[in-house]
Amino acid sequence: MTAVTTPQVELANSPRDKRRRGTDRSRQEARLGWYLAGPAFFILVLVTGYPIVQAVYDSLFSYRLTAPGDREFIGLENYGVILTDSLWWEALANTALITLVTVAVELVLGFALAMVMHKVLGFLRPILRTAILVPYAIITVVSAYAWQYAFSITTGFMNAVVPGVPEDFDWFANKWTALTVICLSEIWKTTPFISLLLLAGLAQVPEDMHEAAKVDGATARERLFRVTLPNMKASIMVALLFRALDAFRIFDNVYIMTNGAAGTQTVSSLAYNQTISRLEIGLGSAVSVLLFICVLLICFLAIKVFRVDLARARGEN
Amino acid sequence: MSSAWRTRVGAVSAGVVLASCLASCGDGTGGSGPPVLTWYTNPDAGGQAAIAERCTAAADGAYTIETSILPRDAAAQREQLMRRLAGGDSSIDLMSLDPVFVPEAAEAGFLAPISDDLQQSLTEGIAEGAVQGATWDDELVTAPFWANTQLLWYRESMARAAGLDPAQAQTWTWQQIIDAAASQDSAIGVQGTRAESMTVWVNALIESAGGQIIENPDAPVDEISLGIDSPAGEAAAGVMQAITAAGVAGPGIDNRDEAATADLFEQGGVMFATNWPFVYAQAQQGAEQGTVDPAVFEDYAWTTYPRISPDQPSAPPLGGINVGVGAYSEHQQEALAAMECIVSPENQAAYMISDGNPAAALEVYDLPEVREAYPMADVIRESLQTAAPRPQTAYYNEVSTGIQYTWQPVSAVSDETPEISEQFVLEVLRGERLL
Repeated sequence: MTAVTTPQVELANSPRDKRRRGTDRSRQEARLGWYLAGPAFFILVLVTGYPIVQAVYDSLFSYRLTAPGDREFIGLENYGVILTDSLWWEALANTALITLVTVAVELVLGFALAMVMHKVLGFLRPILRTAILVPYAIITVVSAYAWQYAFSITTGFMNAVVPGVPEDFDWFANKWTALTVICLSEIWKTTPFISLLLLAGLAQVPEDMHEAAKVDGATARERLFRVTLPNMKASIMVALLFRALDAFRIFDNVYIMTNGAAGTQTVSSLAYNQTISRLEIGLGSAVSVLLFICVLLICFLAIKVFRVDLARARGEN
Repeated sequence: MSSAWRTRVGAVSAGVVLASCLASCGDGTGGSGPPVLTWYTNPDAGGQAAIAERCTAAADGAYTIETSILPRDAAAQREQLMRRLAGGDSSIDLMSLDPVFVPEAAEAGFLAPISDDLQQSLTEGIAEGAVQGATWDDELVTAPFWANTQLLWYRESMARAAGLDPAQAQTWTWQQIIDAAASQDSAIGVQGTRAESMTVWVNALIESAGGQIIENPDAPVDEISLGIDSPAGEAAAGVMQAITAAGVAGPGIDNRDEAATADLFEQGGVMFATNWPFVYAQAQQGAEQGTVDPAVFEDYAWTTYPRISPDQPSAPPLGGINVGVGAYSEHQQEALAAMECIVSPENQAAYMISDGNPAAALEVYDLPEVREAYPMADVIRESLQTAAPRPQTAYYNEVSTGIQYTWQPVSAVSDETPEISEQFVLEVLRGERLL
């Protein structure tokens, strides 16, 4: 028996096993971490997990809120209705387009603003940072109304300002012009958010590297592409991921400006129409589940394919 | 102050707050006083709040009415009320409800029943269309409060210049006003935005052509038969095509609602407009405040809704608001009494004068103060008597939204639109399409 137990004791105390299980102190810290974050974590799982499970369950029924007695299990029929409807694919294409355009433009603009905020010194720094952040502090619905009023044919002034636009041009009557205003509003509102995330990344790039590159004769362009950007890749990817998830759920701007008219429906507004307007809980839940799956796919793509490392972005590496 | 003293003060304060809350927050009675009834109202110029005050005073302590304002848009009002009633919300004692949503609320059991005697008194002297809009399954389930109708508003001098005789205005057809607007290089103010106003227009055109959107509104959802793809539907599409072809739709038609139409008419952007009577009070106020040219206001003229064909009277749009009592209200008897007070002809008359919304009670139009405020009172009364309600169905939202999707934008309406629209609405009703 001794011959059998001894190697086990040795194994348990081997350096390799210690690395795996960690030291007593690290275990205590991990436990403390769970004590501190555990309650919040479980509450979060509860408040997000429960509606998701409920939505998946409801999506399997034909269920109208005003006729609960007629509720009937129909399996995956709701998904069949959605996936064979051209409105779903149009909404999905609009949402993907808005996401791609806004995130791409915001990344470039946000990076430029982050550079300005990073470089500017003295008393200008707090003023500049506040000025850049003002749009982000405005409620999205308010911002959407402001943009709608600006471009409206009755109350707007943009037709008088934008060169070459006729006085009676209706921006919201055409799909592409309406989507342009929606994207502009989205970009104006959320570029500060992306620039904040990128500013945090810029601050993590060691100044020594820049100086070393300068000494080696690197130009400003080379320093940007060879030093700055590679060193803040994690921040960029996290900013992209956060904004892409946010942009994919776009609702307020579309609801206020066009309410889905002129072919500007998005996936979120489609879910709203089925669940809240039609009170078709089953069909609306199925749209919401599909939206959730799309969001999961974006996360999967970002984390597995583009290898976004959230820990590195927090500066833990 | 010692720690023990502070603790005692804190405990007493907390006790007082708790006790007062328990006394006043729990039963909706404001303590031991009369029940507090909450009336969910659509936004207005304050007329419903004034009625609530008057009825509270008239109740002589039997109940108190407080108002709570719903969203501006009729569809959003419905969304909020239906969701809350589906959750058994007992705080909804009284509600101002658009007639088109009455069947849905009644079918779901969200409205408290009204006794036969009260039904009798609530319908005496009320416009027929308004009674229809308050009825479901042969029972009056809400009380008609005000009954709106659209008129044709026109600039008299421009109509004369176009060769139209105002004395014959009641027989004007859509084609005549289209031609007149084109001849004056002006336009017609119709509502082309994707909203309820689009359904109002389509329904009025189809009804004016002798058709109806739903042929069997009482049928189960999978047996509903539509009348959109019909000669009447084709006539409706023909009017829209003629407006587009003549170039008289005016600026921004695809996002124009009733308020935008009223503004456009005030600014002289259109010489004709189909709209509710609120436009008159609004323009009068604008003329007094200097935002509307007094000469333009003086040129305002009105007549009944345009016809489709010269020999067939039009079926003008019917709107309005009914008052219902929530099925989950804990004070239904008091709420029913309050409802009777709210919709009294006196309150309807006061509301018509203060807020510009026409009364459902026909006797109101004979009152001197109403006739003074509304020179077109007789035209409104006549229009109310021939107005056609929108489809009365528990699935109104699907029907209306389906119509809005397929008839908007107006410039895209073609000969195929009625067929496409009917097919789309039927598929939505059967749960085969998204909206």
